[in-house]
Amino acid sequence: MPSLIDRILEGREIQQRRPWPRAVVGAHLWKFVANELAQGRLSLLGLWGEPSTVHMAIMDEDTAEIATVSLDCPGHSYASIGRHHPPALRLERAIDDLFGVSAEGLPDTRPWLDHNCWGVRFPLGDRIDALSKPVPYRFLPVEGDGLHQIAVGPVHAGIIEPGHFRFTANGETVVRLEERLGYTHKGVEGLMTGASLERAVQLAGRVSGDSTVAYAYAFSRAAEAALELVVPDRAVWLRALLAELERLANHLGDIGAICNDASFTLMHAHCSVLRESVLRAANAAFGHRLMRDIIVPGGVTHDLSDEGKDIIQAALDNIRLRFPALVELYDNTASLQDRTVNTGVLKPALANQYAAGGYIGRASGRAFDARRAFAYPPYDCLRFEVPVLSEGDVNARVWIRVREVEQSLSLIDQILDRLPEGPSATPAGHRRAAREGMAIVEGFRGDVLVWLRLREGRVERCHLRDPSWFQWPLLEAVIEDNIVADFPLCNKSFNCSYSGHDL
Amino acid sequence: MRKLLFESLFRRPFTEQAPSSDDTAVAELATAVGRAARRRLGRSLSIREVDAGSCNGCELEIHALNSAYYDVERFGLRFVASPRHADVLMVTGPVTKNMREALERTYHATPNPKWVIAVGDCARDGGCFAGSYAVVGGVSEVIPVDLHISGCPPAPTAMLRGLLALLERVDAGAVVP
Repeated sequence: MPSLIDRILEGREIQQRRPWPRAVVGAHLWKFVANELAQGRLSLLGLWGEPSTVHMAIMDEDTAEIATVSLDCPGHSYASIGRHHPPALRLERAIDDLFGVSAEGLPDTRPWLDHNCWGVRFPLGDRIDALSKPVPYRFLPVEGDGLHQIAVGPVHAGIIEPGHFRFTANGETVVRLEERLGYTHKGVEGLMTGASLERAVQLAGRVSGDSTVAYAYAFSRAAEAALELVVPDRAVWLRALLAELERLANHLGDIGAICNDASFTLMHAHCSVLRESVLRAANAAFGHRLMRDIIVPGGVTHDLSDEGKDIIQAALDNIRLRFPALVELYDNTASLQDRTVNTGVLKPALANQYAAGGYIGRASGRAFDARRAFAYPPYDCLRFEVPVLSEGDVNARVWIRVREVEQSLSLIDQILDRLPEGPSATPAGHRRAAREGMAIVEGFRGDVLVWLRLREGRVERCHLRDPSWFQWPLLEAVIEDNIVADFPLCNKSFNCSYSGHDL
Repeated sequence: MRKLLFESLFRRPFTEQAPSSDDTAVAELATAVGRAARRRLGRSLSIREVDAGSCNGCELEIHALNSAYYDVERFGLRFVASPRHADVLMVTGPVTKNMREALERTYHATPNPKWVIAVGDCARDGGCFAGSYAVVGGVSEVIPVDLHISGCPPAPTAMLRGLLALLERVDAGAVVP
């Protein structure tokens, strides 16, 4: 029996196949896909615009098949997906802000990224003058006795990124949280247009600093798919090493920071030391603590020396020695468990509906991990488990990270052990005709998607979709009926990216 | 927990580990920052971090300043939750147009005397985001800046060095508060 994706693409002209098919569809099929998404038979991976086109990446979770469907919208409008499938709502609001292409029937037409500060509307579309009089942003109404509102941000109390949270509480209990994001919007996709590959990969690595490796990795893989470029084996393996080091450092930092938000600073202090040891090893081995600008189309810019290998190995040995005691400490501290267990529960149904990636999805029963689902090399040759829990609370999100730390340690061991010899890069070169490529890479936070079209060595259009797009809305859901004081815990256990989302 | 705490009592602090050249630099800087901060402000200098649109890379490294390796609090350098408690604003990122007003208001909420440190290459001139429709540019386009610390992101040692440089300039009277 043909798969759902096959049936959608049947008889359509395939515009590209690198590595997944993309086809232009009509309004009828577009609506059919919307319905399949709403029924839960497909997952939404991304929805992005061009001046008169919208693209939607979808996945069949059972078979890990992916396709992109594109709809021409010369009239600058298309049938809303978000109307049937809420995960698309903010993406459609963003497309309207950036391109002036609007979703017909969209239930929420407030701007999202556009705060009326740019001096221009539709900056990637028709570029018309901004509204002369700013329209105040209307938060959703909340009615009832004894409710009060708490407005937080964009400048927060901690050392974190800017965003606004509007809480409505009844006493201590949160009855609604509404997020307002977009403060860190830098116009990355605008800067990408016309950029050389060198500049574009640099920009990609600055979409979300904590995932600089994952973004450069995804961008490079997409560019290589477009150019049909074969990357030397050694670079393929080094990239996975970089990705696992990034995952390790971030998870260690997060585990400590979550406990810190429950005022358990001992864990934070010890986890920070371990995180720092990873960053120092990365600096010694690759010349940059966050491993920025190492992955580029064609390979990596910094090869690993034997000495670098030893330094990484030593850092790993130290973590293996110290981490188990911290896990035990977490597990055996009742006052800490009291804060994390049953707090901020994300129901599996919601995680599935939003196709939530990373530890958020995996703590709520969604067993998706791009490394396993797509088995891109070298992960097809590596042994690892994808930990999954179903409780969906803060505690579960901590445990997924703990297990993933262990998996990353094992993966790094395997990589160092089997690292092939040979060159670590090949020249990227370029092609005259337009070429498209797409890639999905598992970052520490979830799956990062990059789609791009190159022409004569330059980027014609590039879209980068952070996993946070499908995680932020869920934070609004999990905080409901929790107390205000547990918000930091819920928020840190999600650790969504503001910059990656705002782009 | 007791075991971990007990071990910590007897283990040498991370800040005094056998020094490689890098660790010595940290130790030297740390002592110097301590002396200068005390001369100027008694025993404390309160810092408010403001992300004006960064990629969050700089935030990661500012966090590291609080880790046991750098432990800035031992010098009375403390990150505070409100600009109203702050002597210094550490501002990161190219200032996005969407954050411009929030940055201005944070600056005006900080009592005098105050100093501003622009952290990272983006905070200097917008970095690789300069020229975007959504970006104002460097921090100094919006509020007066006393010191720039470059790097993408600057390492924690570079930031310690920067704090020292600021304190010395303040001591020399080069900066009118």
